[in-house]
Amino acid sequence: MSFIAKPRIDHPGLPKNALGLTRRDYEGSMSTLCAGCGHDSVTAAIVEAVWGLAIRPEQVAKLSGIGCSSKTTAYFVGGGHGFNAVHGRMPSIATGAIAANRDLYYIGVSGDGDTLSIGFGQFAHAIRRNIDMLYIIENNGVYGLTKGQFSASADIGSQAKRGEVNLQPPVDPVLTALTLGCTFVARSFSGDKQQLVPLIQAGLQHRGFALIDVLSPCVTFNDHEGSTKSWRYVRENYEEVVHADYVAAAREITVDYAAGEATEVRLHDGGRIVLRKLDASYDPTHRGRALNYLREKLRQGEHVTGLIYIDQKSPEFHEVNNTSDMPINRIPYERLTPGAKGLAKILSRYR
Amino acid sequence: MQATDTGDPSWFHRVVDCQWACPAHTDVPEYIRLIAQGRFADAYLVNRASNVFPGILGRVCDRPCEPACRRGRVEAKPVAICRLKRVAADRRDEHQSDIRERLPRAPAVKNGKRIACIGAGPASLTVANDLMPLGYEVTVFEKWGAPGGLMRTNIPGFRLPARVLDEEIGYILDMGVDLRLNTPISSLRALLDSGEYHAVFVGSGAPKGKDLDLPDRHAPAAVGHIHIGIDWLEAVAFGHTHSVGRRVLIIGVGNTAMDCCRTALRLGAAEVKVMARKPRGFFKASDWELEDAEEENVEIVVNHAPQRFVVRDGRLAGMIFERMEYELDDSGRIRAQRAVGEAFFPCEDVILAIGQENAFPWIEDDLGLEFDAWHRPKVDPDTFQSTRPGVFFGGDAAFGPKNIIWAVEHGHQAAISIHRYCHGLPVEERPQPTLKLESRKMGLHEWAYKNDYAPFERRLMPHVGLKERFKKLDIEVELGFTAEQAAAEAARCLNCDVQTVFDARLCIECDACVDICPVDCLTMVANGSESEVRTRLKAPALEPTQPLFVSAPLKHTGRVMVKDENLCVHCGLCAERCPTAAWDMQKSTIGIAYAGDGIPPCSTLQTRKRA
Repeated sequence: MSFIAKPRIDHPGLPKNALGLTRRDYEGSMSTLCAGCGHDSVTAAIVEAVWGLAIRPEQVAKLSGIGCSSKTTAYFVGGGHGFNAVHGRMPSIATGAIAANRDLYYIGVSGDGDTLSIGFGQFAHAIRRNIDMLYIIENNGVYGLTKGQFSASADIGSQAKRGEVNLQPPVDPVLTALTLGCTFVARSFSGDKQQLVPLIQAGLQHRGFALIDVLSPCVTFNDHEGSTKSWRYVRENYEEVVHADYVAAAREITVDYAAGEATEVRLHDGGRIVLRKLDASYDPTHRGRALNYLREKLRQGEHVTGLIYIDQKSPEFHEVNNTSDMPINRIPYERLTPGAKGLAKILSRYR
Repeated sequence: MQATDTGDPSWFHRVVDCQWACPAHTDVPEYIRLIAQGRFADAYLVNRASNVFPGILGRVCDRPCEPACRRGRVEAKPVAICRLKRVAADRRDEHQSDIRERLPRAPAVKNGKRIACIGAGPASLTVANDLMPLGYEVTVFEKWGAPGGLMRTNIPGFRLPARVLDEEIGYILDMGVDLRLNTPISSLRALLDSGEYHAVFVGSGAPKGKDLDLPDRHAPAAVGHIHIGIDWLEAVAFGHTHSVGRRVLIIGVGNTAMDCCRTALRLGAAEVKVMARKPRGFFKASDWELEDAEEENVEIVVNHAPQRFVVRDGRLAGMIFERMEYELDDSGRIRAQRAVGEAFFPCEDVILAIGQENAFPWIEDDLGLEFDAWHRPKVDPDTFQSTRPGVFFGGDAAFGPKNIIWAVEHGHQAAISIHRYCHGLPVEERPQPTLKLESRKMGLHEWAYKNDYAPFERRLMPHVGLKERFKKLDIEVELGFTAEQAAAEAARCLNCDVQTVFDARLCIECDACVDICPVDCLTMVANGSESEVRTRLKAPALEPTQPLFVSAPLKHTGRVMVKDENLCVHCGLCAERCPTAAWDMQKSTIGIAYAGDGIPPCSTLQTRKRA
């Protein structure tokens, strides 16, 4: 943790996005996480991604629950909206907010405890409803705020800092999301921004629920020999299977891909996600094969990363529930409320 | 790229841009820190160790440090380094401390070597300052009746009061220097042949002002009203000249011209024009000297090239100038020029301030001293020795007009050479600078330096009122910073000497430093050639001449940590955020070598305790 605020001096050569803003304009308040926490790198990646998409800060809604991870939302896009929910209940708040206003970009940041233990039910239903949000799990396999107990995502055989070995099987958020029908499933690593930043951009533009499980080492309680989520272990054992780049509608693809190497997924906003397969046998649009592939790699102790599965066809929350196109805070009061008479009419139906 | 060798003292020295730019390498951040702590005497002594004349230079230095100051890269204006130096000098005797007790002293027993210095300017005085404590007997010959050289004769009292000169020169002379005033050296041969001196240092300056040989320059009616700038200033300084005409033209627009025009105002001129051949931007005068002159309603007339003097009715009536037009190219250089007519400017006096040069009519040709085509002595730029061993040059006498701080540095280097020469050691072998690094970490989240960025703007120097200042010739115009101004200005220093020191072996590549750096000067990248690595930095490297720091390969990925030192504000957040202390903030002290370094004193007087 640092006690010195980042001084407000800019590099004169700092690039500006289409709105004329620099990265610095997308920062939040000073992080009080441990020095070297993976979550701070995720924060930096979100800042970079949102800046790169030239989203106005007030178009962003940041949602979180409880835990080290859930503090993250305070540290990026200080000009955005925010809601810090009860432990594990962020998806309900998000669902309500999304139902009321579809014009915002929803970024939920949660942790392995907040998502896979206390909030597991909420997490499942958010996926089931395919609500239009980016859901980032900052996954470090450990309960940092309560001093380093194993979390539900700790791998079998992983050692705690005190020495005990975890014997219980982990809940893998990526496998879980695939089985629940999630329409955008990705895994990344806080130490690899080249992979993470475009994934966040793709997830923000994806229509429906986009999950990114980010391996984000806990530098204080889970960064030692014997840990399977240390900076070192993840670096040595992560395998990127599909690299995804988001390309906005107006932009040309500037990166050259070898023939047959890249495939495109068209998004509803006209943009594209360019997928570059690093394992030719892999198909990120086939849920069953993706599941098998992941299980196989999991047995080998590998963390598979990249855009693991994407589905643009399944209907998302707004379509299914026929929500208002106009955010309800902009609907005139007279139209929004039934009035005393109307209310009496509605109530009479339930008598 | 090769990993940077940070053990080489010049690496971290270069990061301290002000100190690197200062010819005498004054430890600027250290003395500014001491001022901030109210330790004015200590700040004065840090200054004095390198620049010898803090009170003088704090008023009239040419400030090469300020354009180099890093603050000027992240904000519009650099730290007012020069005027902070004056704060240290003005307040050095506060807190009941007498600075004299802490100055170097000459030993009672001498080492038997006698040195002659010609001219009592800053270069010679520095030589005396460095050699007296080592036991030398130094004799200084001065042609005028007071020591100081151009500091006394050419810098007017309203910029540099005589009191300040006397005090700081006194500190040196009080060590027992044999100062011989009104003793011009008319023959170097006689001095050398006398055999009295083991080495001779020539610090006689550049005393010859350039003349302007235009029609009617020497007309009998005009000649008494056309003055050579530096000679005229000298005459004013010694009280030989008390008045000047109502309208005065100054030819030339360097710093001497600025001193001439402001002095003319104080001698009663009502209308003073500085005539410049070229447009603004080509002026040689420092910006702040131009500002000070214009504040006093001096008019600077651009694009006028002097043509001839005009004599009418038996007196100097004025001058005729050609009006010039210039075409500039994209980089601002003159591509073409043409004259577009003439203009007459009436005046009573003309002062020529178009440059000066050194002149040695008193050095004989057959002494083994070689001269170049312009009759300047051939002087080694490192040792300051002439082609005749044992004869050294420094200050303006060596390489033509520069400024005081250069003369001081020449004096330091010449003193090293003289010390080695007198010990029979080769003068080419110089004592090398040293580097000391000390961590500034005090505990969790605490650093032993002030690292929060103070968003103050540069303080403005208060001046004596425009009416008040002309009442006497030597009323000092600048009042010096107040305590509050000094505190705010000192807080603007970015502590460039508190270095970011990186240990690649400890880094776990968590990106914390890269993410937190406010000026994006850190990047972890795969290594490559320098030009290629520069294209992959997190923010563009704006200063191609500033070398990049490159670490050894990092242990997880083999990438390297690259730091662009150009914009680092030394906030310490990289070290604060580093979980493994791979980054640390360490204060660097560059040990600049002086004459006493490298050679033990030849005889040390042992004092033994007796029961």
